Amino acid sequence: MIRMPRVVLPLLTLALFAALTGCAKHEAEIKVGEFGSLTGSTATFGTSSKNGIELFVDNLNVQGGIGGKKIHVLVEDDQSKPEEAATAVNKLIAQDGVVSVLGEVASSRSLAAAPICQNAGVPMISPSSTNPKVTEIGDNIFRVCYTDPFQGMVIAKFAKNTLHYTKGAVFRDNKNDYSVGLANYFTESFHAMGGLIVSDEAYSEGDQDFKAQLTVIKSKKPEFIFVPGYYTEVGLIARQARELGLNVPMLGGDGWVSERLLEIAQDALNGSYFVNHYYENDPNPAVQNFVQSYRKRYNSTPDGLAALAYDAAGVLTHAMQQLLAQDSKAFETLSGPPTADQKAARGKLRDLIAATRDYPGVTGRISLDEHRNAVKPAVFLGIENHAYKFVATVEP
Amino acid sequence: MQEFFQQLANGVAWGSIYALIALGYTMVYGTLRLINFAHGDVYMVGAFAAYFLARALGVGTVASASPLMAALVLLGSMAICAGLGVLIEFFAYRPVRKSSRITALITAIGVSLLLENAGILIFGPDPKFFPQVIAPRTIRLAEGVLVTNHQIMVVVVSVILMIALTLFIQRTRTGKAMRAVAFHRDAASLMGIPVDRIITITFAIGSALAAAAGFLVGLTNPKIEPLMGIMPGIKAFVAAVLGGIGSIPGAMIGGLLMGISEYMVVGYISSTYRDAIAFVILIVVLLIRPAGLLGRNVTEKV
Amino acid sequence: MIAARRVLGTLAAIAIVWALDWAASRTLNPYIYRVVVLCSINVILALSLNLVNGITGQFSIGHAGFMAVGAYASAAYTVYAVPLMFGSGYAQNGWLTAAAFLLAILVGGLVSAVAGFLVGLPSMRLRGDYLAIVTLGFGEIIRVAILNIDAVGGARGFAGIPPRTNLAWVLAGAWLTFAVIRNLMRSYHGRALLAIREDEIAAEALGVPTTRYKVMAFVIGAFFAGVAGALFSHYTYLHTNSFTFMKSIEVVIMVVLGGMGSLTGSILGAVLLTALPELLRFASAERLIIYSLLLIVLMIARPQGILGRRELSFRRRRAESASRPTLAA
Repeated sequence: MIRMPRVVLPLLTLALFAALTGCAKHEAEIKVGEFGSLTGSTATFGTSSKNGIELFVDNLNVQGGIGGKKIHVLVEDDQSKPEEAATAVNKLIAQDGVVSVLGEVASSRSLAAAPICQNAGVPMISPSSTNPKVTEIGDNIFRVCYTDPFQGMVIAKFAKNTLHYTKGAVFRDNKNDYSVGLANYFTESFHAMGGLIVSDEAYSEGDQDFKAQLTVIKSKKPEFIFVPGYYTEVGLIARQARELGLNVPMLGGDGWVSERLLEIAQDALNGSYFVNHYYENDPNPAVQNFVQSYRKRYNSTPDGLAALAYDAAGVLTHAMQQLLAQDSKAFETLSGPPTADQKAARGKLRDLIAATRDYPGVTGRISLDEHRNAVKPAVFLGIENHAYKFVATVEP
Repeated sequence: MQEFFQQLANGVAWGSIYALIALGYTMVYGTLRLINFAHGDVYMVGAFAAYFLARALGVGTVASASPLMAALVLLGSMAICAGLGVLIEFFAYRPVRKSSRITALITAIGVSLLLENAGILIFGPDPKFFPQVIAPRTIRLAEGVLVTNHQIMVVVVSVILMIALTLFIQRTRTGKAMRAVAFHRDAASLMGIPVDRIITITFAIGSALAAAAGFLVGLTNPKIEPLMGIMPGIKAFVAAVLGGIGSIPGAMIGGLLMGISEYMVVGYISSTYRDAIAFVILIVVLLIRPAGLLGRNVTEKV
Repeated sequence: MIAARRVLGTLAAIAIVWALDWAASRTLNPYIYRVVVLCSINVILALSLNLVNGITGQFSIGHAGFMAVGAYASAAYTVYAVPLMFGSGYAQNGWLTAAAFLLAILVGGLVSAVAGFLVGLPSMRLRGDYLAIVTLGFGEIIRVAILNIDAVGGARGFAGIPPRTNLAWVLAGAWLTFAVIRNLMRSYHGRALLAIREDEIAAEALGVPTTRYKVMAFVIGAFFAGVAGALFSHYTYLHTNSFTFMKSIEVVIMVVLGGMGSLTGSILGAVLLTALPELLRFASAERLIIYSLLLIVLMIARPQGILGRRELSFRRRRAESASRPTLAA
């Protein structure tokens, strides 16, 4: 009876082969893989990212693609689970032969997928994974967002030096790696500058009710509350804080960026500040164009994750265009059969991504440093009467 | 002390929501011995039904808020979910009623997954702002103890619904039939009680109560999303077990205890353990009273 | 004689497993290789849960909790204790690495078994759905506790675990789980477990110490769930999102779908349910809708699971199997 697994496994293998090798081959296009959480607890972030990438790539394809080739984005769902992320990326690389991989929002899922891209020599650009460890996996892994240490430090400086606060509270999403990372680095920096964290409370992604924690925070009388979460919860947190008579300003990171924030919070966030990559009324035509075409297509204003994904696709295709210009033969072999030439071409693509300098993205001018992290200024926005106002730009 | 009463007031309001959801679990369990895992998702559908109804009626803003419209939205979403509950029972649970209980449980999980993923596909995964069908106001209960009119509404509506349900079950013929089916389905059938119809009614009522909870949560915490039912669903189920599953007053007490203990845990122990301590309390209670607080301890017949 | 045959059989099995891995890693593409590894880990989980749910007739819906305990315990052992025990350069030596990994798997299994003992204890007083809720609660408590332990990364996930798992390890693990549980079922103790499932009161009246056996089922089940967790944590990035309540439910579905009490059924269920979402990838957004619909339809069409309580066997025609008691007693 122990023969069962040995019989079933080859059968499964056969079934998988049969189902998955039937895909038609398109030679006149470049396959790019994307993995994201289209279902599961963070489905909204995965969907925003997918929209951002789709918008960029479709625009590019309408303009003729790159060197006459269309970009074909293959999207795989990871159900918001790290092991699924790794499986999805394995599939994209081994089965579909993608040239490069875009994703994920959550650092834990990027960390699960990155070693696979690194080993296969396929460049991967994460739009919004902020854990410093992500790009430390290897020289094929890039990101276009801030890292946690940078953002945490910038916000701490802003709180201490610009707003002159000394007593703060932290309210973190204990289930979310972005939130925990940002909270830790903020606390570290704020302490180092002589600030005091009087209360550190936690909630969980998807919670509806925060009044218990906010009551505790209120009793500690902080001057401000740092809420390094996503807009999905921050709006409610702000509302409930005001309902409890807790009226101190709130500070946040780029997870706040979405039109839903003020829709849910209404006036509760007046007097608060957060970090953004851009602001909606930015006269920069690229930003305006992005916001408007996104609105037109998806009937909602893009959140920060959509913007970062848009730029991740931008940085990647920008490098492909340069490859075409510098070495059209390498460009041709990029999506060809797995030969030494193809490997070399992908290596060249990798080098060109690494050499990205001042790419004019909608989330700021993106340069990649030697650790393959994006270096770009942080924009502080204040919230006043249902509108954003520009406060300061902090250079890295 | 102020802080204690503030936590208590909010805990009662939040616990009422658990209690409303727990009632649906406990009613279905009482009649079918089925853990209806899809119940938390019916609560989600209730919130979305109210969302779309309110928008259709044009009560999206504070300016157009009126209690009449709010009642209309509430009753409408309760009716929609009652229908959904009946459909779920008819298509998914009735065919497996004669099978083992675990088969029925897996079917319930299947329905739950179906509602969640269909919700993501149809409503979109992004959170929606729930229309303010009643203008929010802050009310001072005592020095330093603030609640909103929404929270008071939550408690009042929950209490009204629970009293109505108790009266229905204790005083009407249908209620009597429901108790008979819960007590012994086959015997009830032999007494001429239309068991199928009674089960249908049970599902309709339970789902309508979940919809009411969905509406009330949307009103107090105006953010709804397709996966919002998972955690409250699990916790409400735990609340039902805590009170003694199958017992209606047990579900209410369990729900309130759950809400209050969550608040006290955050207030006096640690917020990072908020989701865990509810289960610790549950396990301790079950070890002392294995059938829950108000559950009947059935002696097994040999 | 029998002992010699067993030793030979074990050696042969190990050889076969390594040969399979050698062949698979050269012929299968990495994606399929990965799916097969995850399949095998799920086989271990389903088999071990079957011992509790299918064979002993208890109802656990917290199996992901045991898996998480095993995963984090073994990972913490590998990251913090192994360099101290074997010296920091141990990874240069293949044998030492394998020995360290074997120990890590054992640590995962044993720590998880202790958790299984603790969770099994309430089964003295609780039964049915109440016991189920205790296991659910345990799963949630474990997840929240891990989120709060900084040494294992909390919400950011546990980074820096060296990848050690390959197909050979997981196949060996699945085979071992299968062999242990099958032999257990054929033993005196296994009969006691089956008796508890069929009628607990009658079993007790016949002198079966039911509590002890129920706790034993929990401990063994938890041990192998811990082994599965250890194999899992040395294969992919470790994060608590992998051990949610849904994971427990997934394993329950595997067991029920294959047939409660049928070991080969559990294997079939695990393989099917791991492969199904992969095969449905073409449907992208509708994937999980199709999955849930299939689940409902399968339960309505075949409520006893695919195999019911029967076992698949290729030895049925041999004479020796006739004298053997069948499992579907």
